[in-house]
Amino acid sequence: MADQPKPPAGAAVAGRGPWRLALGRLTRNRIALAFLGLFALIVVFALGAPLWAEHVADTGPNATHTLEKVEVDGEAREVVDPSGHPVGPLWFGADGKFFLGADGRLGRDEMVRLMYGGRTSLFIALTSALITTFLAVALGLLAGYYRGWTDTLISRALDVIWAFPVLLLAIALGIALAVGGLQIGPLTIPSGSIWIPILIIGGVLIPYTARPVRGQVLSLREKDFVEAAIAQGAGPMRVMLGELLPNLASTIIVFFTINVANNMLLESALSFLGVGVQPPDASWGTMIAAGNDLITSAPLLTILPGTMILLTVLSLNVIGDALRDALDPKAKIRLEAHAGLAEPEGTPV
Amino acid sequence: MGHFVVRRLAGAVAVLFTISVIVFLIFNVIPNSDPARRLAGRSPTPALIAGIEEEWGFDDPLPQQYLTTMGKIFSGDLVSYTTREDVDERIVEGIPATLSLCLGAAVIWLFFGILFGYLSAVHAGGKLDRVLTVVAVMGISIPVFWLAAILLNYLSYETGIFPSGGYVGLAEEPFEWATHLILPWISLAAIQIGFYSRVLRSSMLDVMNEDYVRTARAKGLSERRVMTHHVLRNSLIPIVTLLGLDVGVLLGGAILVEALFGLNGVGQYAFESLESLDLPPIMAVTLFGAFFVVLCNALADVAYAFLDPRIRLGGSAQ
Repeated sequence: MADQPKPPAGAAVAGRGPWRLALGRLTRNRIALAFLGLFALIVVFALGAPLWAEHVADTGPNATHTLEKVEVDGEAREVVDPSGHPVGPLWFGADGKFFLGADGRLGRDEMVRLMYGGRTSLFIALTSALITTFLAVALGLLAGYYRGWTDTLISRALDVIWAFPVLLLAIALGIALAVGGLQIGPLTIPSGSIWIPILIIGGVLIPYTARPVRGQVLSLREKDFVEAAIAQGAGPMRVMLGELLPNLASTIIVFFTINVANNMLLESALSFLGVGVQPPDASWGTMIAAGNDLITSAPLLTILPGTMILLTVLSLNVIGDALRDALDPKAKIRLEAHAGLAEPEGTPV
Repeated sequence: MGHFVVRRLAGAVAVLFTISVIVFLIFNVIPNSDPARRLAGRSPTPALIAGIEEEWGFDDPLPQQYLTTMGKIFSGDLVSYTTREDVDERIVEGIPATLSLCLGAAVIWLFFGILFGYLSAVHAGGKLDRVLTVVAVMGISIPVFWLAAILLNYLSYETGIFPSGGYVGLAEEPFEWATHLILPWISLAAIQIGFYSRVLRSSMLDVMNEDYVRTARAKGLSERRVMTHHVLRNSLIPIVTLLGLDVGVLLGGAILVEALFGLNGVGQYAFESLESLDLPPIMAVTLFGAFFVVLCNALADVAYAFLDPRIRLGGSAQ
């Protein structure tokens, strides 16, 4: 405070709210800002896919060029040679066509697929994290506010999902839905739609956010301001949305960030196993699976999509940690949120 | 004590039952597709589908179907319609490889997780702490199967330092067993090393502020003794809890790692079945996997209660 100019006499001292303070702490964290920048670059990279595809590469993500030739510095080269080996990175040798080479026997443009794959992977990770966070907060609020049998019901249901190994449950759902798709009432999701992995990933990770949220609601519920609101005649909805939810905001923001990171890893694993994003659509996970068949001759096809996942997840984890530091500097829980240890007293049933 | 054990095991049985119902619902009742068709695999004949429908009794009421399904899985006459193999037999055959992979990986991740976490906490804020933090966060962010693929390519195919996969029985050739498993162990352990070292670090930093640590220092114990005997010991509780929870993570990771290294364990069986859309094996692996995790956790809790009276007393007070 010493270096701040003294306010003129009589002027009110401007208070700084908790959000201002958090923003201040966040902007002082240079490492976090660097990773925020990196994440923004990755998003721009993915969003720019159609532009690059149309104006530079002149091809789509699923367009095959098996028997075609591409002109490199005035010399025609096969996109896929007779032994099935794809052309390597041409950089700007062909005006940006096959910038990173072709992706295998089908001769698709690796750069275009990497960008479109990023769109798919990011879209799935973000959407499923929204679903996870929304449902987890709703369940946590209901369980923590009503307590009693509502809490018992919700907590037991979460315990059962928790008891399943995440990947096994997701695989089981993935393969069961891979054949016929899903139909709930009037809503039909055909097999092969990316909404299937989105719903699966969004669903199986709910307990890992819902349990800590419930714990926090249970303790907030005892606070005086909640009692005051009830005494003023506020109904359950008003208390949950008007009083409890704002107090959960920092938890929600941090969990959302980390959910995006975890969901991206889960999507890539499911897609790698063939029960996530379905071919010919690209996602970083399916690209690793495809590239792995050629890893000895064209390791770049495996390295690139994996590096993209690593960088994205890494930046989200760093940002999530920094957000937690900024929003709740006294919080003891750091990376433990990954395993749902945020509620240490809860014995896993 | 007996009371606690009974209550805990009864809880576990209830969860096991619910899990079996969910597995049944996932595979037999998901709407908009014919379960017999799904069980039959990628290219079924109408006769096969009709046969499966008859065998599994898909026209029966649901509770009856549930009993039929569980009966098939547990009595050992669950058969893959794609390969005609006995599913439970294949799973039992795969257990040694999967167990070797999972136990070895757990030992490695515990050792390095505790080592890195300890060093990080002792040097909190220093250079070593920062380097280890970067390593840990990197580790947490790596896709397991990608790491496995990269290790396999550069340390095996290209340089031939390690064998390129396969499983050798421990009893036959212990040395070969270990060399074949080193890369799979590292792949499976990497994420958890990062994770455990972070958990241990923050747990140790908490314990360091406790009064008994100050007392230990005040009575003149060496710093090393304070750290290992007083701080580290008391900080290991969350690590033990985590390990119980992570049995499931191990099983999931085993599918990915075994698929890449061709270890011929349960995980690889699951992977191959996924590729051919062969449902019965997936059904059995999911059910047994979840059962295994629940039982491990129940046993861990009971063992815990033996060691720490606070847990069983706190538990029965509820």
